[in-house]
Amino acid sequence: MATPRYQDIEKNPKYQQLVHERLTFGWTLSIVMLVIYLGFILVIGYAPGLLGARMGDGVMTVGIPVGILVIVSAFVLVGIYVVRANATYDSLIRDIVRESR
Amino acid sequence: MRRPIKGLRALALSAPLALAPALSFAAGAVEGGPKQATNWSAISMFVVFVFLTLGITYWAASRTKSAAQFYSAGGGITGFQNGMAIAGDYMSAASFLGISGLVYLSGYDGLIYSVGFLVGWPIVTFLIAEPLRNLGKYTFADVASFRLKQTEIRVLAACGTLVTVAFYLIAQMVGAGALIQILFGLDYWIAVVIVGVLMIVYVTFGGMLATTWVQIIKAVLLLSGATFMALAVLWNFGFSPEALFAKAVQVHPKHDAIMAPGTLVSNPVSAISLGLALIFGTAGLPHILMRFFTVADAQAARKSVFYATGLIGYFYILTFIIGFGAITLVATNPEFLDPAIAAAKGPLAAIKGGSNMAAIHLANAVGGNLFLGFISAVAFATILAVVSGLTLAGASAISHDLYATVFRHGNANEQDEMRVSKISTIFLGILAIILGIVFQKQNVAFMVGLAFCIAASCNFPVLLLSMFWRGLTTRGALIGGFLGLISAVVMVVLSPSVWEVTMGNPKGSAPFPYENPALFSMTIAFVGIWLFSVTDSSARARTDRDGFDAQFVRCQTGIGASGASAH
Repeated sequence: MATPRYQDIEKNPKYQQLVHERLTFGWTLSIVMLVIYLGFILVIGYAPGLLGARMGDGVMTVGIPVGILVIVSAFVLVGIYVVRANATYDSLIRDIVRESR
Repeated sequence: MRRPIKGLRALALSAPLALAPALSFAAGAVEGGPKQATNWSAISMFVVFVFLTLGITYWAASRTKSAAQFYSAGGGITGFQNGMAIAGDYMSAASFLGISGLVYLSGYDGLIYSVGFLVGWPIVTFLIAEPLRNLGKYTFADVASFRLKQTEIRVLAACGTLVTVAFYLIAQMVGAGALIQILFGLDYWIAVVIVGVLMIVYVTFGGMLATTWVQIIKAVLLLSGATFMALAVLWNFGFSPEALFAKAVQVHPKHDAIMAPGTLVSNPVSAISLGLALIFGTAGLPHILMRFFTVADAQAARKSVFYATGLIGYFYILTFIIGFGAITLVATNPEFLDPAIAAAKGPLAAIKGGSNMAAIHLANAVGGNLFLGFISAVAFATILAVVSGLTLAGASAISHDLYATVFRHGNANEQDEMRVSKISTIFLGILAIILGIVFQKQNVAFMVGLAFCIAASCNFPVLLLSMFWRGLTTRGALIGGFLGLISAVVMVVLSPSVWEVTMGNPKGSAPFPYENPALFSMTIAFVGIWLFSVTDSSARARTDRDGFDAQFVRCQTGIGASGASAH
């Protein structure tokens, strides 16, 4: 199979859709992750009392579930990305490859 | 060398990165006293691991004939296997022992640290993994130099790789020696030589395939062992986290403070700088980036980071439970404490061998001597697997980037290139042994932090901009990349952890006030790359920019990407 000309692929609307979706979605999720993390760090830096506050009568503090949630959020964000990428990017890419032959 | 408590702040900032607590105890408690009695159950389990991995290396050697097989296991690793291997690369002995030790000492601060290590992975998934697989073949320099001038960019990428690998490797070797001395009762130099020789054997004969399987086996062992320990701890408290925390608060000298952020993040600038180094350093570590070339395509690359993120996140939650388990089950048991220190400073500080041993003593407390042997063997295996991955990344930079592209201008024959990579592996292995012995008495805690910082300030900016910014030119990447590399090294040397702690200058005299300079060195790199790119009007710059469109199409679609050869 001859390598298709990239100029032809660039004109394919499916390619434009792929690039647009991937860039918007990838950078959006990256910013969400950075906001969650930097938010966590800034709360620790400027208002550590918020995380040190006790929940209910025991010794458990707000900080423990929040910290675990930040870890879980990283995994969930990656999961959201993978599900969406598997569902849309791969079929778009297959179509683009087929149509460019 | 150090007083154990004084170094606590510096240690809290850099400890889990390197085996800093291991070093501080190696310097304090262990240096003065005799090394531990030879631990035969640990040694025999480690010997079983070595035989198993040598068997795999023998099998891998028969399938490692071409350069593609040597560098990238022929692209035949599945997404799940690669996810395990990435997690294995990332879950070093430093994370396991260092972070659980940090939780033992400071409670919540250990969790803050783990979070910083994890959040780099989503960024890798969203921005780096798929383009990297689509554009590269064996090393990240393939991607960075895709449309730029080969020679210059390969030299830059090889420098970034080798400097990162060197600092990482020294920290691991010194940590390995100190740790094994305590775990197994072997002499420091014997431990360093064993690690060096085994890693040379794995990498030289088995290439990426053997390195990957060593990493996978170790990841399974480490995750199983850590899961068992965490469950055993929770079982002791009727599976009630509240009961575990309540007991920890009761016995820990800091009491309630261990449930809240402590001194780790007292300075937000410092914390953000460290956070940036961890996040973007992860996306620039050459031995991690190399793993994305071992899978068949971009889809598998994407899946592998998903599994890796899950496993690493799970692992950090386990280390948090293990750290609290050690507070409640180790610090309360005189068997694990040094009576003289306990009398003077209380039980928590009296832990035999220092806080880095928290997880090890906990293994003994919950699983007896046999399980202690298992966890010790796993810790050794962990170091071995991580140094193998690092050495392979370093050897690839020498043979693929420097030898084949820079010296032979892309005309090297494959057998010669393989030979150079094997010679480089042996050279790096011997160098690692020598440096491990030379640096034995030095405080190398800053070195892994420095490695992350260089990866974030040199490798990452060049890689990211080469993939996403049309305006990047060879001149911009070269000057900006080296500015990032040099400024990261200089600022770390001028920072308190090197200037004061390692070089012995008086406290408060460090010219650069923060522990980790990533915020500044990354800014220097990005501004440098931008400035020297936009002002570049050479003919080469035009070629660089003109190449972007074709590269971007391949980056997005994978059309023309190097395929899997081992199917």
